[in-house]
Amino acid sequence: MLTDVIVSILLIGGAFMSLAAGIGLLRFPDLLSRMHAATKPQVLGLLLVLAALAVETGSWLLLPVLFLCWLFQLLTSPVSALMVGRTGYRTRHLRRELLTLDELDDVVERAIVDQAERQRPAGADGADAGVQDGPGGSAGAAR
Amino acid sequence: MSRQKFSLVTDIPLIIWLTLVWSALWQDFGPGTLIPGFIIAIVVVNFFYLPPVGLSGRFNVLSLIAFSGRFLVDLVTASFEVFWLAISKGPDLRNAVVAVRLRTRSDLILTATGHVTSLVPGSFVLEVDRGSSTLYLHCLNIVTPKDADAVRASVLRSEAGLIRIMGTRKELDELRAEESTP
Repeated sequence: MLTDVIVSILLIGGAFMSLAAGIGLLRFPDLLSRMHAATKPQVLGLLLVLAALAVETGSWLLLPVLFLCWLFQLLTSPVSALMVGRTGYRTRHLRRELLTLDELDDVVERAIVDQAERQRPAGADGADAGVQDGPGGSAGAAR
Repeated sequence: MSRQKFSLVTDIPLIIWLTLVWSALWQDFGPGTLIPGFIIAIVVVNFFYLPPVGLSGRFNVLSLIAFSGRFLVDLVTASFEVFWLAISKGPDLRNAVVAVRLRTRSDLILTATGHVTSLVPGSFVLEVDRGSSTLYLHCLNIVTPKDADAVRASVLRSEAGLIRIMGTRKELDELRAEESTP
């Protein structure tokens, strides 16, 4: 009885996180803010659903698998968020008028100019280590 | 590409971890699973090598527990905050791209800080500058410069927590010195 109550609370909590993400996807104005909504069911929602599974089965041996399941989500979802966000930013899939502050704009512009200058005299110079290497890395390719 | 044959500090934790993953997936922690898992882990680590990760050699479990607790609390409150923003503000939301310069030079802590920041709803990493250890974050609902400062402070707090868990002695000493002189 008690486990049923706990399991239902956890499952409803997990489902609620998906609902919140859905509302966020509909309501938020641009790609980058929608990304925030998309990460939520992946982290907290999944944790709640997995916790419900753990309580329901009550098996200690299942616990490590569920933990791994959550951990690998934690490891992979920021990486995909970075890839989508980075590409979205560089391909101008964002609404700049919604940003109150943008500290990346100058860096990316400078990196693009730097890269263009580097490629002209030296040909295919490849990536060299430097402060601009990170943000400038694939600026040309992504645009 | 060459790599040192067998470096204990980086390989042993990796082998133990892989063995545990193997046993967890089989849902059996008996010797019949652990020993083959251990052998496979050694083979995997030696044949499919990863770029070496600079470990500091220290790991504080108590700090890890404290950090995980705070992470979960942040996760829950931030999830509801973003939900509330979706309902109350929705299309009128104002965001910002904030640069945060971290103290650390370690790739591991830079990555971990980026992950923790991305996992808590409300901010995610848009770009990483490894050379200067700078994270560029996209944050929801930043209207005044004060909000941006709050984000910077919270990211630096996460970084401090991670340094306490697995930073080098030097970073830890610098952190303590910084905290004692506010």
